[in-house]
Amino acid sequence: MKTPPLAKDLKLCLCHGCGKTCDVSKPTHHCDRCGAPLHARKTDAIARCWAFLIAALVFYVPANLLPVMHTVMAGSGVDSTIAGGVLEFWESGAWDIALIIFIASIGVPAIKFLALGLLLITAQRKSNWARRQRSQLYRFVELIGYWSMLDVLVVALVASLVQMQELGTIEPRAGILFFGMVVVMTMLAAMSYDPRLIWEGEPETDKEDV
Amino acid sequence: MQDDNVETAPIKSRRWNVSLVWIVPVVAILVGASLVVRNWMQEGPTITITFRTGDGLTAHKTQVKYRNVLIGEVTAVELAKDKKSVSAKVQLSKEAETFARSDSTFWVVKPRIGAGGVTGLDTLLSGSFIGADAGQSSEVKDTFKGLESPPPVTYGESGKRFTLYAKDLGSLDIGSPIYYRKIPVGQVISYALDKDGKGVNIEIFVDAPNDGFVTADTRFWNASGIDVDVGANGLKVNTESLSSMLIGGLAFGEPETSTGDAVATEGARFDLFADSQAALAPPNGKSQTIVMRFDQAMRGLSVGAPVEFMGVDFGRVTSVQLDFDPVKRSFPVMVEAVIYPERMGPAHAKMISAMDHAPEDQRAVGELIAIFVKHGLRAQARSGNLLTGQLYVSLDFYPNVKEVPFDPGKYPIMMPTTPGSLEKVQEQFQALVDKFSKLPVDKIANNLDASLNALHKSINQFNDKTLPNIDNTLTKMTATVQIANQALSEDSPQREQLKESLDEIQRVSRSLRDLSDYLGRHPESLIRGRPKSKEATSLEP
Repeated sequence: MKTPPLAKDLKLCLCHGCGKTCDVSKPTHHCDRCGAPLHARKTDAIARCWAFLIAALVFYVPANLLPVMHTVMAGSGVDSTIAGGVLEFWESGAWDIALIIFIASIGVPAIKFLALGLLLITAQRKSNWARRQRSQLYRFVELIGYWSMLDVLVVALVASLVQMQELGTIEPRAGILFFGMVVVMTMLAAMSYDPRLIWEGEPETDKEDV
Repeated sequence: MQDDNVETAPIKSRRWNVSLVWIVPVVAILVGASLVVRNWMQEGPTITITFRTGDGLTAHKTQVKYRNVLIGEVTAVELAKDKKSVSAKVQLSKEAETFARSDSTFWVVKPRIGAGGVTGLDTLLSGSFIGADAGQSSEVKDTFKGLESPPPVTYGESGKRFTLYAKDLGSLDIGSPIYYRKIPVGQVISYALDKDGKGVNIEIFVDAPNDGFVTADTRFWNASGIDVDVGANGLKVNTESLSSMLIGGLAFGEPETSTGDAVATEGARFDLFADSQAALAPPNGKSQTIVMRFDQAMRGLSVGAPVEFMGVDFGRVTSVQLDFDPVKRSFPVMVEAVIYPERMGPAHAKMISAMDHAPEDQRAVGELIAIFVKHGLRAQARSGNLLTGQLYVSLDFYPNVKEVPFDPGKYPIMMPTTPGSLEKVQEQFQALVDKFSKLPVDKIANNLDASLNALHKSINQFNDKTLPNIDNTLTKMTATVQIANQALSEDSPQREQLKESLDEIQRVSRSLRDLSDYLGRHPESLIRGRPKSKEATSLEP
């Protein structure tokens, strides 16, 4: 079975802006219809993805170590970290809530790091291992990206609602900022990753051949 | 990397090969590093504080505060290895590094209700915290013993600490107020037994600026409770304040005679007097111990009874002991007393100068007293209170007492005694009774009986013989009086005759007078006789 020629081979490229197929052999690197700059792939995808991923990893450490919330109840203030909260719920028997918090706040970012790292390494090595699954993984990472801000939202809500002066107040702490940064960075990393890189490298005939 | 594939396309040259996006992780790392550095910079020393109980201590919850500012947090609460205490690990903040000093103090702040007030109410809701007070020492230490109660005075407070020495603590406690002119100016901060266990050292703190009123001449006294004084002026109730009645208190002041001494230095030692009267009394000066031997029972003489000299209180009885005299085979009572000659006031100074006396020389003191003894100085147990029979010792001069031997070189001074006044009366009375008992009462009674019998006989005789005679005489006497009466009565002939006689005499005397008058005017009539021309009547005046 003959595979159709690749766009690269025909020196063609899709415009991001209007979707027109342009000829990249021309000296101008702009779409001749809408004038948008033409890119065969997302610019610097791997480097950018790595950069954001590393930044997210760096922020992941203070996000978990620093307290995210300061609860003042009847005069005594307590700082709580995410891991501390999970442990507290777990110890008090609310294992379900503990599990939800653990997955949403610690598990999901960790999964994202692993997934993006895996995608990046395989893309750099132009590996042709499980390409279809890898692209599925990428779509999954993009999907859960929206939901990672759950913690930030909870803290923001609670902090704005629980302001009962002397009886009790809840204030956000630096940790939640870093947590938000982790989420933003991982989303940026996922955005800057180009899934087309999965399919680059050795011809995909092997898959068809098998 | 796509640019490589398109040879013909003009390559946008970039100054660096590295993508600008790498700034993001660099910034992230910088932020993270700064956090780590800040955290590391802020982290102070970790100390361990041991408490008797872990009451109110929770890991990661209990805070350490100084002047209500957070300086650390308890990170762990564990039982000590010997299971006798609880050790709390405290992570101090960087600014609180100075709290890890050897003389810093830590205590658990919890609600406390005492007579002095209620403290730590805010911890009822918020839970306990550990209070801290930074030490001044430069020695770094990381293990502390927590105090069971908050120290009443923190290091930073300005004022002075003094030590008072007392026989016992009385009703004082840590936090007991100290009054100066009835204004609270400080408090008791600690107390401890003296090293030999014979007294109590009470440490007090007087706040600035009132600490300036404590001078070298200041006296401290116990102002606890109520001082009820019944005197010649009536009932007097004295107290410093209601709270000092309940929780005890101290007061200080200067005696009237004080002459603005220098301000006392920090840590100065003072004696604590039992009451203001004792405190403000003139200084005791050097004491002398005297021993007195009484040959009578000393019931009512107790240790602490006053020793007076000519009515001036100048000493205290320190012991009353029974002794045995092997020579006389008697049990004398040996009374030991401490006297303070300086309490005599100006008399003492005058005496010293007059006698050229050196009070430091024990021998000279003995000789001085020897002179007084020669002049009749004696100790006497006197009754101070007739109702309770309390005795006191009085030193006084008795000019006509027997001379006794006195050894001036002996110490303690052996003061000769003289029997007490009441006892003297008793003795005299006893002697009188003895004399009475020696009288031959039986003989006297016999004689008296005989005499009475004789008297009885005489009276009988008198009745039988003499009385009838007397009766007769009386009857006769009555008759005589009756006769006399009759003679003298208005209508008696004797009286009539007497009257007539008297009239006659009157007439005679008148005639005589007429005659003498006529003769006075007419003396010639004696010779010539009465002239005829004139009537005798015309001669009448």
